[in-house]
Amino acid sequence: MASVTFDAVSKRYGEVTAVDDLNLAIEDGEFMVLLGPSGCGKTTALRMIAGLEDISDGKLSIGDEVVNDVDPSRRDISMVFQSYALYPHMTVQRNIESPLLVRSYHVDGNDKPARKLTKAERDERVAEAARVLDLEPYLKRKPAALSGGQRQRVALARAFVGRPKVFLMDEPLSNLDAKLRAQTRIELVELHARVGTTVVYVTHDQVEAMTMATRVAVMSMGKLQQVGTPQEVYARPVNTFVAQFIGTPPMNCFPGRISADGTRLEVEGGTLPLPAGLVAVPAAGSTITVGVRPEHLQVSAEGSLGVEVRAVEWLGHECLISASIGDATVVVREAGMSASEAGSSLQLSVDPANVHLFDPNTTLRIG
Amino acid sequence: MSVTDATALPDGAPVVDAPTTSRRRGTYDAKEVGLALLFLVPSLAVFAVFFYLPFARLLSWGTYESVRGGASYNQVGIDQYREVLGGHEFRIGLWHSLQFVLWTVPFGLVLGTLLAVAAHRRLKGIKVFQAIFSSTLASSVAVSSVIFFFLFNPAVGFFRVSWQSSPRWAIFAAALPAIWQNLGLSFVIVLAGLQAVPDEVMEAARLDGYGAWRRLTRITLPLIAPVLMFLLVILVIYGFQAFAQIDIITKGGPGGASETLVFKIFKQTQDYGKGAVLSVGLFCVTLVVTFIQFAILDRRVHYGDE
Repeated sequence: MASVTFDAVSKRYGEVTAVDDLNLAIEDGEFMVLLGPSGCGKTTALRMIAGLEDISDGKLSIGDEVVNDVDPSRRDISMVFQSYALYPHMTVQRNIESPLLVRSYHVDGNDKPARKLTKAERDERVAEAARVLDLEPYLKRKPAALSGGQRQRVALARAFVGRPKVFLMDEPLSNLDAKLRAQTRIELVELHARVGTTVVYVTHDQVEAMTMATRVAVMSMGKLQQVGTPQEVYARPVNTFVAQFIGTPPMNCFPGRISADGTRLEVEGGTLPLPAGLVAVPAAGSTITVGVRPEHLQVSAEGSLGVEVRAVEWLGHECLISASIGDATVVVREAGMSASEAGSSLQLSVDPANVHLFDPNTTLRIG
Repeated sequence: MSVTDATALPDGAPVVDAPTTSRRRGTYDAKEVGLALLFLVPSLAVFAVFFYLPFARLLSWGTYESVRGGASYNQVGIDQYREVLGGHEFRIGLWHSLQFVLWTVPFGLVLGTLLAVAAHRRLKGIKVFQAIFSSTLASSVAVSSVIFFFLFNPAVGFFRVSWQSSPRWAIFAAALPAIWQNLGLSFVIVLAGLQAVPDEVMEAARLDGYGAWRRLTRITLPLIAPVLMFLLVILVIYGFQAFAQIDIITKGGPGGASETLVFKIFKQTQDYGKGAVLSVGLFCVTLVVTFIQFAILDRRVHYGDE
């Protein structure tokens, strides 16, 4: 087990900067999820940890060792690929065993030289991995004779069997169907709790990030936007990108203005309270981007904000009401059935604790 | 953790074959068979006119013996087959053909594969090398044979050796242009095979600790085994059928030392009956060798869907 530290790491392909000055300390035993849309540099960052991409600038450490120039096979990491990357000509048993066959391990303690495992040791480890991942009935099969979920578990077993310092996972659930994905999320969390190894997990799916991560690193355009627990990035997003990337449907962001007396927010159709505990209230009359999550907008007759309903989508356990505030569209989440109809008007209220303010120019959080 | 995989096969359930082979034999009804035959008629007609009928004709020619240098022919039946195929000439021709195959196939295949492995990487300008290595494929057998013929020329050639007139090296001299051409063919086909191997599998192997040599022998080669198998079979067939290289470089000489089976067939201008028998013999040899290759290698080749 080990920490992973990016110290001002960049990756450039010619003119294109895939990862820009990344500083990120992943702690020992952490389940760190790198989250972002495609092309944000998260996979490149992961592949740099693996050693599959060279590092253009900066220092990358695993534990205390700078690994910029260390061969992938000597980094003591393992990786689960999106396509699983199993060896199609080998049986499941052989696939799982494969790292043990070619690598040397410090099995006699770290002060003794690394050596190859004996046949008995290998068999024991393969048997353990197969038991943990429920693969025992399939050991003699080739990957082509397995279902997607089983292949995925073989890939996990192969990563698990060498007891690496760090597990790297590159969108490992994206080839599974929705039901299996939900189930595997829970299994991965259980596996992590059991082995305690540091996990670096790349995904574009914020549900995976919210449900599995101990911390989330949100990336966009090669830059790190925010690092924090799922609760932190949900409750206090640092900018409008993070605010709108986390949460389904995303946070509503619309223009507003500080009232002349500096006590309220004026938006088209009414007013909203200023956020609670605002340290420095922006100057009266200045324009601002207001952010409110759909689940925090409440339909209430006394609400201070009037909107026009454009559509109501009923999802069974809740409704999503799309409404207009001037040119902007907001989505309101209401439990159960909604009494509203398209074309009708609606009054909304918000708890001051759930109002977010962002600078309209820099998109950064004000409060 | 306990896992109940939604799509998992039940324990001990038989593995389902690949979809293409999952249909049991004997389940086609008469209507389907009739329709299938109807669709096959055009190709069967072409095969009949250009292969089955000429082959039947060839078989029957083999039963006629030439009289007075081909002035007339006597029907002698199966005896001529027994006599010619059991004779010295067939055996020596077969031995020469085999030597030609043993020179051209392994060298062409191994060199082409090594070049393909070397050229299968993302480098600037690699396309130039890929084009150069595959260029031998674009020249005809006659052209490449003439090139080598001049390379051997004792006065102005590059090698300035007289391999083509040495009984010991004549077959090797005729084999060189074939090796050169097989190299290009192997290169192109193996390169295509390598490009079909997923990058992620090779990356997984790197992370697992496979070095370059082990990646080649334990991952790459097994994964492209079907391609190598295909190449082996067609190169052996090409080898047994080679003619122009021998005709241009050695003319079967010196003293018949490089007369392969095909060349001996070619020489039977006075005796079509014997030529027909030798042709049938060559056909059978090629067929048997190919079957043996499939029987031995097929069991060791992974086709990805087993």
